[in-house]
Amino acid sequence: MPEPPVTQEIIAAHQLTHEEYKRASAILGREPTLTELGIFSVMWSEHCSYKSSKVHLQTLPTSGPRVLQGPGENAGVVDLGDGLAAVFKVESHNHPSYIEPYQGAATGVGGIIRDIFTMGARPIALLNSLRFGPLTEARNRYVMSGVVGGISGYGNAVGVPTVGGEVGFAECYSHNPLVNVLCVGIAPIDKLFFARAGGIGNPVIYVGAKTGRDGIHGATMASETFDEKSEERRPTVQVGDPFREKLLIEACLELMRTDALVGIQDMGAAGLTCSSCEMASRGGTGVEIDIRLVPRREEGMTPYEVMLSESQERMLLVARQGAEATVREIFAGYDLDAVVVGRVTGDGVMRVRDGERVVAEIPVKGLVADAPVYQRPAVRPAWQDEVQHLDVDTIPLPRDYGEVLLQLLASPAIACKAMVWERYDHMLFLNTVVGPGADAVVLRLKGTDKGIALATDGNGRYTFLDPFTGGMIAVAEAARNVVASGAEPLAITNCLNFGDPTRPEIMWQFAEAVRGMAAACGALQTPVTGGNVSLYNETMGKAIFPTPIVGMLGVLDHISHTTTPAWKEAGDMVVLLGETREELGGSEYLKVCHGLVQGRPPAMDLDLERRVQRCCLEAIRGGVVRSAHDCSDGGLAVALAEGCISDPENQIGIDVSLPETLRPDALFFGESQSRMILSLREAGLTRLQAIADHHGVVVTPLGRTGGSRLICRGRTVNIDIDLAELDRVWRGSLPASFGQE
Amino acid sequence: MRFGIVVFPGSNCELDCHWVVQNVLGQQADLIWHKENTLKDYDCLILPGGFAHGDYLRTGAIARFSPIMAAIEDHARRGGLVLGICNGFQVLCEAGLLPGALLRNTSLNFICRPVHVRVDSTATPFSAACTQGQVLCVPINHNEGRYYCDAETLAHLRDNDQVIFRYVSPEGKASDAANPNGSLDNIAGVCNEQRNVLGLMPHPERAAEELLGSTNGLLLFESILSYGRAASLTRG
Amino acid sequence: MIRAKVYVTLKGGVLDPQGETVKGALEMLGFGGVTDVRIGKFMVITLNGVSREEATSRVDQMCKKLLANPVIEDYRFEVEEG
Repeated sequence: MPEPPVTQEIIAAHQLTHEEYKRASAILGREPTLTELGIFSVMWSEHCSYKSSKVHLQTLPTSGPRVLQGPGENAGVVDLGDGLAAVFKVESHNHPSYIEPYQGAATGVGGIIRDIFTMGARPIALLNSLRFGPLTEARNRYVMSGVVGGISGYGNAVGVPTVGGEVGFAECYSHNPLVNVLCVGIAPIDKLFFARAGGIGNPVIYVGAKTGRDGIHGATMASETFDEKSEERRPTVQVGDPFREKLLIEACLELMRTDALVGIQDMGAAGLTCSSCEMASRGGTGVEIDIRLVPRREEGMTPYEVMLSESQERMLLVARQGAEATVREIFAGYDLDAVVVGRVTGDGVMRVRDGERVVAEIPVKGLVADAPVYQRPAVRPAWQDEVQHLDVDTIPLPRDYGEVLLQLLASPAIACKAMVWERYDHMLFLNTVVGPGADAVVLRLKGTDKGIALATDGNGRYTFLDPFTGGMIAVAEAARNVVASGAEPLAITNCLNFGDPTRPEIMWQFAEAVRGMAAACGALQTPVTGGNVSLYNETMGKAIFPTPIVGMLGVLDHISHTTTPAWKEAGDMVVLLGETREELGGSEYLKVCHGLVQGRPPAMDLDLERRVQRCCLEAIRGGVVRSAHDCSDGGLAVALAEGCISDPENQIGIDVSLPETLRPDALFFGESQSRMILSLREAGLTRLQAIADHHGVVVTPLGRTGGSRLICRGRTVNIDIDLAELDRVWRGSLPASFGQE
Repeated sequence: MRFGIVVFPGSNCELDCHWVVQNVLGQQADLIWHKENTLKDYDCLILPGGFAHGDYLRTGAIARFSPIMAAIEDHARRGGLVLGICNGFQVLCEAGLLPGALLRNTSLNFICRPVHVRVDSTATPFSAACTQGQVLCVPINHNEGRYYCDAETLAHLRDNDQVIFRYVSPEGKASDAANPNGSLDNIAGVCNEQRNVLGLMPHPERAAEELLGSTNGLLLFESILSYGRAASLTRG
Repeated sequence: MIRAKVYVTLKGGVLDPQGETVKGALEMLGFGGVTDVRIGKFMVITLNGVSREEATSRVDQMCKKLLANPVIEDYRFEVEEG
């Protein structure tokens, strides 16, 4: 059946600009066929090509002594020592999760897991960063329940534990939730695999689920903004099958123990198209596929549909010639299809045949390397000064500081998230030394003394108020969280969630945030190993807060050096590392108690940040520290409260005096950066002081643990609350939002 | 002792059980794929947690027809030990090796957290190392853990001392508040009449190392080992 | 071609929290007079090359063996030709 002719309307429906269409025609030396148009359209979509973000991403530091693989592969790889590598990456599934929260989130989990095991690593843990609109709205509760259900339903059944992450809330995420999922796997360094199509004549093999019409144009959907019609696009949402993915993991890992495999890639966004031409591009080869050989679930699918389907749980691999039987046998053991659909060629062309008929013939270089790259205009918006302006003198001081603390502990951003993570299997594989709820999760590495720590972080409000500072803080805070667990930060993966890049103010936010992240990654020596850019997070012309999410990976050389936020014993000293300044801008306090998203976020001094982190880590490794906690959202008072109540089995009170040198609300609730709360035995104080002096860090003893109350004494104001009350408010808030006692 | 750990497609706790048996207890353990028809001479078989066949249709419903099941039934009939943990418990119920069935949690949510269970019978090879009424802290991790059986079966279970574990408060009291999933009579684990097949929803292998927070689950494995030692003395 | 429609429901005495939740939601939406909601499974099984009688007997066996668990579930089915 001949394909319909390509008309102006069809070109426009494929979201290709006039210039891009001309560029595609120039690459071909003729007008594209419909299938070719579809292929260009998905490969040059923002999602696959990074055409708007590339020029900025190139400024991020991506190499370092520990980085074995930076951006450009299925996932980044970091050397953990002892012959082991950590493979990790974060990816967004924002748009699908708005349209169908459960399946959108579920397939997001499935996709990122495939990126990890294709590198030869067994996926051992998932984390996620979620952002929703306020839970006072029923629709937001529905979206959050669906997303959490999808992560739970897929992650638990596929057999990869969801060990941590974070959840945030703001009005701007009401019609555009963020679902960013991070996966980490462990592989022997000498057993890594890459997504390269090598060896002319080698078979290209399709494995996994059959192809249906689901998800056609998923990649272009992730590259447009939402309007009222979006909810009608449900047919493009894919349905995940965690059971089949579990079998795929086991079959692929078994195949990787043989010598049959040359290269492998997930069929994720843009399915067969993207996986085949990206593998050919990295391998410097061509690829020929006969779509008649592709296993299908539906009748009468066109070449266009087969090439663009985003059916889940499918992989494309290149095997050694002659090893076809080995591949088939291994997959048959798991009741999975493995079908030769094509060959690696030497002509650098992606050729798609429908039997004898050639339906697409495109130079791989033209599709991948010659994809358009834009230096889009970036302009600081006129309203930036306005939102940054904050006259603190107009902010009334609270009457009851204890009441403010309770309000902050009840704020969904700060409140205990147990009702979320208790729905995730966070213990599978018996590695979870510190699970969800702490600053970072800590996983042991079996067979070694070591552990890894992971944290995800990103403050959209800060980044909205000052994208450069917000970008720096996202990296710095994620690193600080990892340090608080006793680990040394090594590298990051990032997910950059922004609005419509064709708007200059959005592009400015993007460029500034990336500049901030680059500065922080450089200063903290934590290079970027990969990640994902999600643009067009807008609904009806209104963008989300620019939200860069950072996933930080750290290593503990001795798992016994693990620390958590909770006090360990009554009578210990509690100290503050770092300094508190009068910084209220962008704080949770301003938002919750004064309804303001205003001011400049707290300043970030990267040199100080590095010194505080080094100091803390040295003290932990020296055995001085019994608990460590990052002081961030909600400030000192919230950090102290969490120290008291976060371990339900061992809640211990505290009595501290805060030197009241600034506005008391800034002192109690301000969010000055580069601060950590430590508890230690009194005998360790001299040692800690010496370590701090060496790093040029200020240590302020605040008081002692003990009793069953949180007592914070200022010069003029006090907080004095029973722990049971703090605990009730902090643990009860989120369930109450969902109408549960 | 020789342990065999049965792996169904979709099982996911098999490596954890293997780790505990081999690295914590220092015993020998094999993984057995569900397509096998025969079993070697194992002392104890473990059906681990997970999502056999995706839990599609009903938990354990498809797994009970796996080729290996006949050999497992044979092993049980000859008095060999069979321990079903979580999904393994569900499979044993579907297969009729244990009475009752496991339904969706009343909260309709998956639950992963440590709970307290009371040892209500030490008269099994799986609980002999515990003390009667001892409260153990062991994690649960399931969506379908609500134990159900008809009134007659329940009476029979009680009369025969077949309810081995019940969900309780930390102080050892069985109450609705301490029942995480709505199980009938707070039942967390039952054994068969011959007392050589035990199924429970909590995961003892997740409470077997101090580093991970609790060693309460080890008592089950230690019970099995002492039973094995005693049996080999009798044999020898 | 024969099509069997199989309905699997929880037995009378077995608590159905999903059904309870839906009942609550219906009441919240103002649908009065709802005294009970029970949720079950509906399966369509297509068979080829068998007689109606044969199909009926086979589907009954399928239900007994796999599709329903007699401890907790009841089943019924309809057989249609065409």
